[in-house]
Formats: sequence, C-alpha cells, structure tokens
Amino acid sequence: MQPILALDGVSKSFAGVHALKNVSFDVRPGEVHALMGENGAGKSTLIKVMAGVHAPDSGEIRVNGEVVRFASPREARAAGIATVYQELLLFPELSVAENIFLGHAPRTTMNALDWPKMRNEARRLLDDLDSHDLDVDARVGSLSVANRQRVEIAKALSQDARVLIMDEPTAALADADARRLMDVVRRLRDRGVAIVYVSHRMPEIFALATRVSVLRDGAYVGTSDIGDITEAELVSMMVGRPVDQLFPKANTEIGATVLELRNVGYRDEIENISLTLRAGEIVGIAGLIGSGRTELALTMFGITPATSGEILLDGKPIAITSPKQARDLGIAYVPEDRGLQGLIKSQTIRENLSLSLLDRISTASIINRAKESSLARELIKRFGIRARGPEQRVRQLSGGNQQKVVLAKWVATEPRVLIMDEPTRGIDVGAKAEIHALMSRLAGQGLAVLMISSELPEVLGMSDRVLVMNNGRIVAEFARAHATPDSVGAAMMQTQTLAEVA
Amino acid sequence: MSLSAPAAARPAPPMRLLKRVAAYGQEFILLGAIAALFIIVGIISPRFFGANNISNIFAGNAYIAVAAIGMSLVIISGHIDVAVGSLIGVLATISGLLAVNGYPIWLAWLAPVVIGMIVNAGVGSLVAYLRIPSIVVTLGMLSILKGGLISVTSGAWITNLPEDYLIAQFRLLGVPSPVWFMVILTALVAVWMRYSSFGRTIYAIGGNVEAARVAGIQVERSTVIVFAIHGAFAGIAAVLFATQLQVIQSTVPPNLELTVITASVVGGVSILGGTGTVIGSTLAAILFAAIASSLIFLNVSAYWLRSVQGLLILITVLADMARRRRLR
Repeated sequence: MQPILALDGVSKSFAGVHALKNVSFDVRPGEVHALMGENGAGKSTLIKVMAGVHAPDSGEIRVNGEVVRFASPREARAAGIATVYQELLLFPELSVAENIFLGHAPRTTMNALDWPKMRNEARRLLDDLDSHDLDVDARVGSLSVANRQRVEIAKALSQDARVLIMDEPTAALADADARRLMDVVRRLRDRGVAIVYVSHRMPEIFALATRVSVLRDGAYVGTSDIGDITEAELVSMMVGRPVDQLFPKANTEIGATVLELRNVGYRDEIENISLTLRAGEIVGIAGLIGSGRTELALTMFGITPATSGEILLDGKPIAITSPKQARDLGIAYVPEDRGLQGLIKSQTIRENLSLSLLDRISTASIINRAKESSLARELIKRFGIRARGPEQRVRQLSGGNQQKVVLAKWVATEPRVLIMDEPTRGIDVGAKAEIHALMSRLAGQGLAVLMISSELPEVLGMSDRVLVMNNGRIVAEFARAHATPDSVGAAMMQTQTLAEVA
Repeated sequence: MSLSAPAAARPAPPMRLLKRVAAYGQEFILLGAIAALFIIVGIISPRFFGANNISNIFAGNAYIAVAAIGMSLVIISGHIDVAVGSLIGVLATISGLLAVNGYPIWLAWLAPVVIGMIVNAGVGSLVAYLRIPSIVVTLGMLSILKGGLISVTSGAWITNLPEDYLIAQFRLLGVPSPVWFMVILTALVAVWMRYSSFGRTIYAIGGNVEAARVAGIQVERSTVIVFAIHGAFAGIAAVLFATQLQVIQSTVPPNLELTVITASVVGGVSILGGTGTVIGSTLAAILFAAIASSLIFLNVSAYWLRSVQGLLILITVLADMARRRRLR
C-alpha cells in the first residue's frame, strides 16, 4: 500500500547542531508505525517536521505521493496530519466540546457558533473513542490526565486526521488507563488511520506496532516489521551497542548501619517508618504512587522534617530539619522531578554541578573558578555526561544527561547516604543502563543507597532488599533472593485492598 | 572518588573573545547604543559635549544607577520591589532632617543606609517566610511610605542644608562623587555577583527556587539578605539624591521605581529571575540619562522620555525571547 505520509532524506539543524541527518520515514493507512530512539535521538524534531512546526533544511515531505511544504502547523493539519503532544495543549477553563472544536467550530447560517451541533459532534467523536462516560460539557481542567488525552485525540480526529502522531501518549498514564488508550489506538488503526507512535515502553510497542523505526543521534538507523525483531535487537539498534545487562547490581560487601529510622512519621502522611540503611547496600522501595514513598524521601532529607520518631546516623540520634542540614550530614537526594527540583536550567553544567558544594570550593566566600571548572570537567568525564563542555546550559541536554548532572552534583558532595526518587524516569534505555551501573558502582564504594521506583523490574534488579510501602507505612520487606515480581507485586496488591477496606 | 587532572582544550583567543561578547550581549549592545547616541547628538548639536552637560548626565542620574544595582539583585533572585522610589524619598527626607537639625553629618549619611536595610529586611522577611508575593508586599510598602512621607513633611522643602553635607557635589580628581559611587559600586557588585558563592546563590534561587532549596541553599535567609542589600543601595541612592541640590524637595521624581526597574530589565536582567548583570543595569541607567539629555538638545519634549523607555523595554524583551529561542 502506498504510504500516506513519507519523508525522504530530511535534515534539520538548529544553530549548527544537526538534529536530523538525512532521515527517511513513512507511514501507511491502517498501520501503527512505532518511532523509537534514545532521548535526544531526534524523535521530537522528526515529529515537529511532520507536524509542520519545523521546516526541514533539506529533503522532501510527501502526502499521498505529492511533495508538500508546510509553512505552519495549520497547513499540516489541513493536510490531515494531527499531533497529540506529550504535554497536552488544552484550555483548562473551556469545556470538552469547546476544546475539541477550538478554531474550527461548526457555524449556523447566521455565522454564530452552532452549539447543538458542536455538542453532538463532540459526543459522537468521544463515543467513537469508547469514551461514553466523558461529559462534553465538563470543564477540561477538572478531568484526569487520561481523559484529557482522549479530548486531545478527539480534537485531532475532529479535523478528519488521516495521520495521527502520538508522542509518548502513555508516559503519564497508570496501567489501566494505558491499556484503554491502546484499545483506542487499535480502533483508530482498524478504521484506516495511519498512526505514528512514540513510546519508551517496550511491551506497548510489541503489542501495538506494525513496523518500528529507530533513530540514533539524529540519524536513521533502520526499520523493521515488528515480527522480525526482538526486544534485545531493538535496544541495541537504539543504543548502538548490545546492552547485555540492564540491571548490573554487583555483589558488594555490606557494611555497618549508616542511617536508621525508628518509628518515624510526618503528620499523617507517613507513619511508623522503621528502616536501616547499611554501607554498600541498595534498598529499594516499591509501592504505588501516593503510597508515601516520596514523602518518606522528603522527610529523610529534611524538606518535611519528621514530626515523630527517631533518626540515627552512625548510631547517634540526629534531627534533620532542613535540606542544608541533611546535606551537611552527608545525605544526598536525587529528586523525583529533575526539572522542578533537581536543576537550574538557565545555568551551565558547571554551575549546576557546584551548587551543592559552593562552600567547599570557595575561599572567604569567593568561588575558586579553576577548582570549579576542573571539578566540572572531571564529573562530566566520570559520569559520561554527553555535552559540548562544562559551559553548556543544562536545558540543552537530553533527559538522561540531565539526570546524570543531578546525580553527579550529589555524588560530588561525597555523601554517605544517597536517596534516589525515580532515578530513571523518562530517560532512555542506554542512559538508564548507565545510571544503574553508576548506582551499583557507588554502592560498591560504600554508599548506602535508598532507591524509590515505580518500575518493579528496576526495584527487583537493583535492590539488595526491597521494602513495600502503602498508605504511608512499610508493609512488607523482602531480601533480594525472595523478592520476585509475584511476591512483591502480591504484597503491593494485598496492601492496596487493605487500604481500600480501611 | 579520584580527581584526575583534566586535559581540557581551551578555545583559541579569538574564539574566547567572541564567547565573551556573546555572554555579555546586552552590555555590549547598550555600550554601542550609548556611543551611537553621543556621536549622533554631538554632530547635530555640538553643545551636547559641553563639560556641564556630560557631567550632568553622569552625576545627576548616578543615584538611579545605584538604586538599579540593588533592584537588579532583587529581580535576579526572582522578586521585585515597586516601592523603591518612595523608599528613596523617605530616606532622603530623613537624611535631610538629620542634617538640618544639627546631628553629625556622618549620621545623616549613614542613617538612610541602615534604615533602608532594616525596612527592606522586613519586606524580605514577609516575602521569604510568610510567602507573600513580593509585588504585593512592596505595593503595600509603596502606599505606606508615600502616605507617611506626605503626612510628615506636608510637602515642605528642606532648606538651609549644611554645605559639608552635600556629598553629591563633592569632586575627586575633578570627577563628581556620584560618578565615583556609581562606577565603584557597580564594579564591586559585578565582581561579587560573578565570583562569590552568595552571588551564585542569588542566581540559583532566581533560576529555580525549589532546586536551590534541595541543593541545600538557605533560600529564606538569602532572600532576606538580598532585600536588605537592596535597601542599603536605596539608602546610598537617597543620600546622593538628597545632596544634589541645595534643597530637598520631599518628593521624588514621579515613577522613580519604574525607571529603576526599567534600567534593570533593559540592562538584561530577566524579569523571570535567574539571569542578568549589574553592569547592564548601570549602562541602561546611563543610556536613559543620555536619552533624556539628548531630547533637550534636540528640542524634543521631555515627555517622550517615558515612551522611549517603554520602547526600550519592549525591544529588550523581544531580543531576549529571540535569544532564548535560538538557544533552545
């Protein structure tokens, strides 16, 4: 079948940096074509070229075999290409129907808005997406992320999209919502819509895609039918080398207890938390979102100081009342949201790396610039941060490299306890493996690591011990040997039921 | 945790110069604009270069540049102060009253600086510890100070100022003292902001307050200090303003706070916080003064000055947006 949308030898650069190099890509009606690659591989740029946001520097775009040039996203939409971006572009104060038809609302003969038609059409579009429960008059700001996404898809379809580009549509969704979304994608595919699907989640790709294409460093690597490729092959195409071990936790000698919590609580968010962290040990915390995992980290780091219980460092009772104090005690915290809490994006890599140890590289409060620069270069090398140099601004780095900056910044403080909340969220396979290797190496050097993660395989693969949290409490503990997906998963589910009953 | 010796390649000198120009883009643009203005107006009206005029441009407006130094620190840290004009008015009046009522001259000079620090430390505490947005706190402050000033002085001028109190009329090596204040304070603060750990802290707080907090920076304390420093600069500006003439008018030029904020923003300080330098804000203050003076020499109504300043803000913000887009 002839592709409905085809890109041929497309290149695009920004300020002299090649984002896309001679990339070819096409999608046919009735197929889901998965687009994969590490962060920074050029997926976003490719999507934006297809959506008419960026004009390619060279190469051509063909719709139904005819060469086109999109001067704006509006022209791409008119050609039947709709895009659902990762960050949803909806107006929270407007209704579902208004959002769907914004900019192309049906009009009456008097040229006024045709409200009944608009509401009916919106209803029909949502019903097509199997979203009978979604009220067309609801204010979009009151909807869940999953429902907002359906509104965004309905909006795309309201303009007779023949090509639908979806950028990590399930990234922000819980499992059940993600499955429902995948049903919607299948339904659209069966209706003959051509779908470009970007996701980091392997199981989804293998469940949905017809074909898969891989980009690496802005260059096209290859395309394969999904039946002809294995997960391992796909990963090595993305990374450019075989990733043999995804969770390389090395066996290390576990030393003395460094940090101990006894019946620690914070308001009514976490209660009765008792745990020990030993040198060289990685303790994983599993639990659903809202189980109190992040709240525990915040309390241990002094952002929300404990309101009950005792904390002991090397057996001596301490109070942790501020992040500064936690830092000075040798506790480091790699936060859940690196953009919000981890990085100053307007600053350079050098400035970000030295932020937590300004006192140490300053004499009489004047920063020793030579020391600062050599520290930055050393950390960039040691953590494999891919950047032009210490003076590059962190906002220009990919997610994985940004995360390495956050990790490097904290390791540079030479902490004894490292708390990591979702250390690999939203970063690609290659960077993920690197971060896991770094974690393992740090534990090997005698750090006590507490790792919080939503990804069960990560928790199971990396941890020496696994704690399960729910409803603000630790409800189960497993040694590495006993922590299987079934046992940990069952503990999580069981506690979930308990919590619902309570 | 070994520290290996880095073998980094330093860019060749011309590249480094280019990089420096790029890093200080706004400052070089302002310098160019000031030079161009001087040359053009000087050609049209050679009297522009008369000794008195140039000295007026620099000396008569130096207090704005001094106030803009403190304002820049506040804006870089992610806040704003819309009360600085009224604060300068109040502090100038306090200074003048001390001087005419027989208090020691040094006290008349020092009191505004100390009082400015204390008042703004209070403002900073409300902003930092009670989490009230700075624009709200300083709007309140604006009314309090303005109302208080008029009530206390009833708008009367302070006259009979002692001759040796008029510090703004002193000269050193033939250069008026306000120019010395402006140049030395700008240089000191510029160096301090760039090389001190506290300067870095201010940029970090303005860039991302949550990340700064998580990094172990004492955000609240630092915010109070920034406001207090700003108060001290307002005090110095007040003394320079009070001692310019033989009388103190117990009012300040209308919209002084806007002129000060404009100098910071046109000087390249991002209104969102996190970036900018005090060299830029001082250059912008000089540019405004030069424009005001040019308008007189070109026989254009002085009322256009406001419009020109407004235009400069828009141009600056547009240029800033374009630069950000390119960086992305």
